[in-house]
Amino acid sequence: MREPDTIVIGAGTVGAAIAWGLARGGQQVLVLDGGDTDFRAARANFGLVWVQGKGPGMPAYQRLTRQSADLWPAFLRDLAEVSGGVQVDYERRGGIALTFGDTGHDQRRALIARLEAERLADDPASGATDIEMIDRRALQGLLPDLPLGATVSGASFCWRDGHVNPLHLLASLHAGFQRLGGDLRGNTRVSAIRPEAGGFAVTSDRGTWRAARVVIAAGIASPALARQLGLEVPIRAERGQVLVTQRIAPVLPYPCSGLRQTADGTIMIGATKENVGEDVSTSVRASGWLARKTVDISPDFARLQLVRHWSGLRSLSPDGCPVYVQSADHPGAFVAGCHSGVTLAAVHAARLAPAIASGTLSPAFDPFHNRRFHVQAAS
Amino acid sequence: MFKPLADPARRAVPVFVDGVETPAQEGETVAALLLRVPPHIARHTPVQETPRAPYCLMGVCFDCLATVDGETSVQTCLVEVRPGMRIERPRGKLRITA
Repeated sequence: MREPDTIVIGAGTVGAAIAWGLARGGQQVLVLDGGDTDFRAARANFGLVWVQGKGPGMPAYQRLTRQSADLWPAFLRDLAEVSGGVQVDYERRGGIALTFGDTGHDQRRALIARLEAERLADDPASGATDIEMIDRRALQGLLPDLPLGATVSGASFCWRDGHVNPLHLLASLHAGFQRLGGDLRGNTRVSAIRPEAGGFAVTSDRGTWRAARVVIAAGIASPALARQLGLEVPIRAERGQVLVTQRIAPVLPYPCSGLRQTADGTIMIGATKENVGEDVSTSVRASGWLARKTVDISPDFARLQLVRHWSGLRSLSPDGCPVYVQSADHPGAFVAGCHSGVTLAAVHAARLAPAIASGTLSPAFDPFHNRRFHVQAAS
Repeated sequence: MFKPLADPARRAVPVFVDGVETPAQEGETVAALLLRVPPHIARHTPVQETPRAPYCLMGVCFDCLATVDGETSVQTCLVEVRPGMRIERPRGKLRITA
C-alpha cells in the first residue's frame, strides 16, 4: 500500500464514518483501532438518529443535527451499495418524547419553543418546525397497541427522528471502507503522534506510520492524543446503562423516550447518564430505575422478561455538543468527537470528511471549535 | 423418544400442556415432561419460528423457554411440575397486549 493520505485514529462510529467519507472521496486512508476490550461507545450504543430536544443554547448543533438526519437516507443508500447491502434496519417514521403530568408537558413545550426561537434567530431560512406537541389522546392514537400509563400526559413528536441498528451500521461502515481499499487495523493502540516535515508520524505498539493528515477520533482516548499536538479537548466519559427485553410482537412503531423496538422485536430501554469515570459495571439501582420508567410508560411492559443489561461509556464534551477542530500549531491534525455518533454519521461522512480532505474546516464547523471551552471564553 | 424410568413411588401430577390435560410425574421438571410429549419441543423461536427442544437441562442454554402459569420465557428445566400447572409452548412473538 502506498503511504496513506490520512490516518484516522479510532474505528468507532465517528472514526469509521469519517474514514468512509474520506475513502469515498478518493483518499487512501489508514484507520488504526484499539483493542476489543477498550471502552467502546460504538458497541454500547442505543441506535437513535435523533433530532428533537438537542442543542439548547447552541443553534449550530441544531442545524448540524437536522442536516445529518436529512442526509441519512442518501448516506445509507451509498453505503449499502458499496458495503454489499448489510441490513442496518434504518427507519425514519418520526420519534416521540413522552411527557408526564401537566408540568412535564409544559416544560417540554417550553424547551421546544426555546429551541425553535434560537433556531430561527440563528437562521430565519431554516424552514418550518419539525416538532409538534401532542396531547395524550393523540399520542394514544399513534401507539394503538400500547395502553399508556396513568401519568403520561402527552408527547412531543418530531418527524425527523429515526433509529437504526448501531452495530450493523458500524459493521457496514467498516465493510464499505475496506471495499474502497481502506486499510483498517484493529488491536493497534496509538501511543504517540509526532509532527514532522510534511505531516505526522503516528506510533503504535505495532509500528509507525506517516501521513500528511491525521484525524483523532478516539472517543474518551482523544484528549490524551490531542494534547500531544497542543490541543485541549475536554471530552470525558459518561456511563449509560441499557436494558433489553425478550422479543415481542410490534408495539412501538416509533422510538419513544428511551425505548425503541428493534427489527427483531426486542425492546431496548435506555439509558442512564452517570459521571463515574471509566467504570462499565452495571448496577441494580440503574436496572430498577429503567424498569420503573418503562412500566410508567405502559404497565403492560411489566410482563416482559429482561434478557440483557449492559453498560458503556459515551464521550461527552462540557456542553454536550460535538468538537471539531484543526490544530493551529500543526495544520493537518484534526480532532472529531461527539456524543451522537450515529445521528451525526451522515454529516461526518458527507460534510466533515470532505472538509478534512480539503484541509480546511468550513465555517459551518466553526461553532464546534474547542476554543469555546477556554476559561477566557467562559468568563 | 424419551420415556421415564419406572418408579412406582412417583405419583402422577395432572398438568395442562397447550390446554391439554397431560399426566406428569411428581418431582420431574417441566422440561423433562416437554421432552416426553410430542412434538418434544419447548417452543418455536420468536423471529425464525424454528422449533427448539430443551437441551442442556441445567439452566444454561435457554432453549427450553416456555410460558408457565402465564409467566413468559420460563426456563422449564429449572421448574418442577405442580398439580394444575398450565404450560404453553410459544410460537412467534409474545403479544403483551390482548
